[in-house]
Amino acid sequence: MDAQQHTEREPSAFRMIATLGVAGFLAGVILVSIFQWTKPMIDQHRADALEAAIFEVLEGAHTYTTLRVEGESLAIVEGETDQPTIYAGKDSTGTLIGFAIPNEATGYQDIISVLFGYDPVAKKVVGMEVLESKETPGLGDKIYKDDDFVAQFADLAVAQGIQAVKPGEKTAENQVITITGATISSATVVDIINNGLAEWQSRIDNYLAESETMAQNDTP
Amino acid sequence: MSEQQRPSSAEEFLKGLWRENPVFVAVLGMCPALAVTNSAINGLAMGLATTFVLVSSSILVSLLRNAIPKQVRITAYIVIIATFVTVVDLLLAAFTPTIHKALGAFIALIVVNCLILGRQESFASKNKVGMAIADAAGMSGGFTFALVCIGGIREILGSGSLFGLSLFGEGFEPWVIMILPPGGFFALGFLLLFFNWLTNRRKQKQQANIDYETVGGNLLNDKS
Repeated sequence: MDAQQHTEREPSAFRMIATLGVAGFLAGVILVSIFQWTKPMIDQHRADALEAAIFEVLEGAHTYTTLRVEGESLAIVEGETDQPTIYAGKDSTGTLIGFAIPNEATGYQDIISVLFGYDPVAKKVVGMEVLESKETPGLGDKIYKDDDFVAQFADLAVAQGIQAVKPGEKTAENQVITITGATISSATVVDIINNGLAEWQSRIDNYLAESETMAQNDTP
Repeated sequence: MSEQQRPSSAEEFLKGLWRENPVFVAVLGMCPALAVTNSAINGLAMGLATTFVLVSSSILVSLLRNAIPKQVRITAYIVIIATFVTVVDLLLAAFTPTIHKALGAFIALIVVNCLILGRQESFASKNKVGMAIADAAGMSGGFTFALVCIGGIREILGSGSLFGLSLFGEGFEPWVIMILPPGGFFALGFLLLFFNWLTNRRKQKQQANIDYETVGGNLLNDKS
């Protein structure tokens, strides 16, 4: 035993720290380079997915304009912006169909990012698409895999806000039935939409009122 | 380690594919084997991602086996493995966004797949690069094969298709349970049963041969 200990001397603390330091540094260099290289492609995929989702949640939309906050109203974005944005979908004749509003919140595992369609005239949510989620496979991921759950958002009155209720307890039009085994994830989707509406609804109304007055002024 | 008894790299490669298959024999890496195998293509993608991580980290660990002090080896291996996992995560997100979305959180979880750390600790850290590559390629080949088998069975029964191609036409009523989580356990259970049956049968045959030889030898001895 003694002889073995002599032959295998413990390396100095400095050597151990240096080994891990070098390993960490090299790992960092590799990760940064790969991240820089793949970032434009990943961003492009995200943008494509967002665009597909906009046309998905606003049925019949042909084109869309990106809008950002301006005071208590909205303004059209030209170029790039860091501000939160929403998307106004128009049909082939240029008539406004509704707004696609992105919003996110922490679900059961991680952040759930949702895009939902809102019709400001009928005061209805007209579609919902989960953009990103790491919810538990088989349970929480039903927020986008369960067609019955997703279909509830295709025509949902939101004038009073929406409510999450357990299966069998639905009594009103603005209620959404949660998924058994994924109550937190499905209630989070409802919260995301409520918060998104609270944030944007009045601005959308102001923006629509402004556009209407402008249109009236233009046509004497 | 004596040089004469060391198996060839071909043997190291083949053992992982079949005789020491990480899923069917060693029962390692059960989390991805059950969770992402609801279709053959997902199983294949997970298998290939694991292959990339296992082969690359085995090469690095084998090259650095004399430079990494024994006391900090596990930490160093984890740093190496986690780096390759993040690389494969970014590459999948950039080049195959659909598969990246389907595999979701499980790509990041390759870091904790005990198959990978296990091969570094028990093989790559003690062998030359060539052997380490053969071992890693064999093991990950076996892992990928197992995942495609499980995914294939589940997809055929649960969706009536294989690699997305419809097999049975309109009349087929899919067994939805097979693509749900319990289906993973059913498919894995039957495959383990099959592999154990094969192994036992081979053992019995070998035993029968040995018995025959021993008995034969004894008879000869008795005569003399």
